[in-house]
Formats: sequence, C-alpha cells, structure tokens
Amino acid sequence: MKIDSIQNGIVLDHITAGRALRVYHDLELDKLDCSVAILQNVKSNKMGKKDILKIDKEYDINLDVLGYIDPNISVSIIKDGQTVEKKKLALPHKLINIKKCKNPRCITSTEQEIAHIFTLTDEENRIYRCIYCEADK
Amino acid sequence: MKHLIDPTDLSVSEIDSILNLALDIIDDKDKYSEACKGKKLATLFFEPSTRTRLSFEAAMMELGGNVLGFSSADSSSATKGESVGDTVKVVSCYADIIAMRHPKEGAPMYGAMVSDVPVINAGDGGHNHPTQTLTDLLTIKREKGRLDNFTIGLCGDLKFGRTVHSLIKALSRYENIKFILISPKELRVPEYIISEVFEKNNIEYKEVRTMEEVMSELDIIYMTRVQKERFFNEADYVRLKDTYILDMDKLKTAKKDLSILHPLPRVNEISISVDNDPRACYFRQAMNGKFVRMALMLTLLKDNNCKLNLPEDKLAKIGKMGGAD
Repeated sequence: MKIDSIQNGIVLDHITAGRALRVYHDLELDKLDCSVAILQNVKSNKMGKKDILKIDKEYDINLDVLGYIDPNISVSIIKDGQTVEKKKLALPHKLINIKKCKNPRCITSTEQEIAHIFTLTDEENRIYRCIYCEADK
Repeated sequence: MKHLIDPTDLSVSEIDSILNLALDIIDDKDKYSEACKGKKLATLFFEPSTRTRLSFEAAMMELGGNVLGFSSADSSSATKGESVGDTVKVVSCYADIIAMRHPKEGAPMYGAMVSDVPVINAGDGGHNHPTQTLTDLLTIKREKGRLDNFTIGLCGDLKFGRTVHSLIKALSRYENIKFILISPKELRVPEYIISEVFEKNNIEYKEVRTMEEVMSELDIIYMTRVQKERFFNEADYVRLKDTYILDMDKLKTAKKDLSILHPLPRVNEISISVDNDPRACYFRQAMNGKFVRMALMLTLLKDNNCKLNLPEDKLAKIGKMGGAD
C-alpha cells in the first residue's frame, strides 16, 4: 500500500502498533480541516510493526500529549516536502487536562470545568500525582 | 499571593517563626489586640466544625478584626449549585483573608488558585489540616520546651486521620524523634508515610497494636478519634470505635512528664477521669490553636502587603511566609 508523502505538515512515526487511533483522538485530529492518514501495522525493522500518522497541515502539535502516550514517537516537521525539524519527546513534567483524577474524594470529581493537573513524581515508573488531592496515578 | 494549603508548604524556619510569634502573642496579648483593626476574615466552612472555625473567628476578633462567613454548605450558595471557585472569587471581594474547610480533597488548593486574598486550608476531607499541625507543634513546644529529641506515640485512627499524617510529616524534619504507631491493623498508617517519610529519611519507627506495651517509653501520646464519617461501612466503625481508650489505669506505667495530646473532638477515646491529670494537654492544645492562628493570619496578611496596626518592634517579629504561591 502506498501513501503519498506530504508537502507541509507533520509525520508521527514509530507509534507502537495499535496506538495510532488513541493518538488521533487524544490530539483531537478529527477537528482538523485537512487530510490525515492513519497507517496501522506498517512493517518496521526496528519495531517489527508500527503505526504512522501523517497530517497534511502545519499545526501546533501538543507534545505533552504525545510524550505522555509514548515518548518514543518520532515527530518530523515537513516543509516543501523536506524534513526541516525532528522534535524530541519526553515524559512531560506536568499534565494539564490530559488525564482525569479518579479519586472520588478529589475536588475535581465535583467542580465543573476545573483543570485536571498532574505532576510527574516518579519518571521511572511513570507515576503522576494530582496537584489537588495528591493521589498517585 | 501566599497561602497555606499543605503543612509542608512551610520550611522548618518558617514554622519556627510562626510558633515564636504565637509565643510572643501569648506573652504580650494587649499589644496585638488592634493589629487587624479594619480587616475581615471570611470563614468558608462547607463542612461542620466547632473548634477550627471558632478558633479562627476568636483569633481574628482578638486581633481586633471582624469575621464573616458560613458554617455549612447548606447555608451557602453551594445549595444553589454555585461552584467552589465562584464562591471563593466572590468572597475574596469582601474579605482580606479566607479560612476554608471543604469535604473534598484539594478544594482549598483550588480556592487559592482563584482567590485574590490569602487562603488558609482549614481542613480538606481526609487530606490536610495544616493549622492543626501548627497547633500541635506549638503545644509540644510549650509543653516540652523543644521540638526535637523525644518519643511520640500516635494512637487510634492512623489511616484516615489527616492530623496524624500532617504531624508526622512536620515532625520528621526535626532531629532525633522516634515514632511509635499504635493502631489496629485496619487503621494502620498509609504505606506512603512508611516509605516516603520514615524509610526514606531513615527515621526510627515501630508499629504496635496496644498502647500498654509502649506506654512507659513515651514522652508524648497523641490520641485520635476513630471518625465515623471516614468509614464506608458502619459495621467496621462499630467494631473498631472502642478499641483504644486511654484511662488512668493505662497511664500507671507512663512517665511523670508525659504529654497527652488530642486534636479533639473526643468521643470516648480518653476517659474523662484523665482530664484532671496535669499530663492532659488537650484543652491547652485547643487554646494554642487560637494563638497559632493569630500568628499565621498576621504572617500571611503582612506577607501580602496588608497594613497591620502594630508597633515597629512587633511588626519586626512577623516572619516571611513561604507558603504556596
């Protein structure tokens, strides 16, 4: 199967196979008014198989969301058909409205439109702590 | 804007500064009686309380200020569905400082994020209660003359008791304190306190089931109530509530200078016969709560550039506040 390369936009490569749809939804790519290609189970020397997303538009991508889902995703910025920048992802130190606190005693369970904010407390084990109730997730 | 949300917002030197100010207020009450003239404290209590709310209100009155607020969510616009954020924003238009209690964990932290005046956490569910911790520390300092080199037993509900968690965190920063945790296995201190406070900082502690087996070792015993509202299952509450009752019989082996503390309210975990023993400190502790809240409010107000009606020598005694921004 062949998908055309894009002229101006973003390519997300090395997505763990099966995760492309989650990335698509969490980045809210359905709200973009441009072509978005989702490639699943693409053959990869490095990973065996992988997913790829191609976004045919220059767009301010939320790297914290991507870093939280999978810090190993490669992000390439394409201009005039050429890769002009590769962005490095890391586990974000702060998550704002990326995940929700599940503690039923937390103020976020009742207060409408409150920002759900977590800080990274244990990088090795990917543990985030709610800033309000301090519950670990 | 500085607030007090979590007891660990304060460094040891900031705590010492607040406690020393409280001691100066105790020694020289008259000099502070007009300090907050024209200032208003709002007490936003979305959950019932007697001691904490009244001690905040008494503290502001003794500083010459005024008090407004509500004492339960039923008498606030929360019944109309107003959010915590909106309530705090509105009240911060009327008051110079806010003391807030709420059953949801983190509510005062959220209040502080939207408020234009300092917010003091007066208890958020089972989470934090920093002014109780300051009260406990002032009591230990007054009773023992120090905040280091002693053995403290914490007895009762160590799982849900927020005062216990906050006190452990605060005391863990002082030298040579040994902790003895006395509780049924159902109400043991949470694992994170063991790993993140005791083990991480190499602090001596032990867990036991009865107070009799350790009574003679203790310099301080901190009793807590098994709180009905923290249980999901009433049968568990009924089974455990009478487990740990301190009476004169159990005190037979205790040191002559033991200090008995309790954050109150008491149900029956300390026999009334203990009240007349000079080692019972819990009513003096309640009194200390008012003084330490006076010191805290002065510190927060000064740090947020409120003009206080105090002579220069007293203004100089008010330290800097390192609480949450």
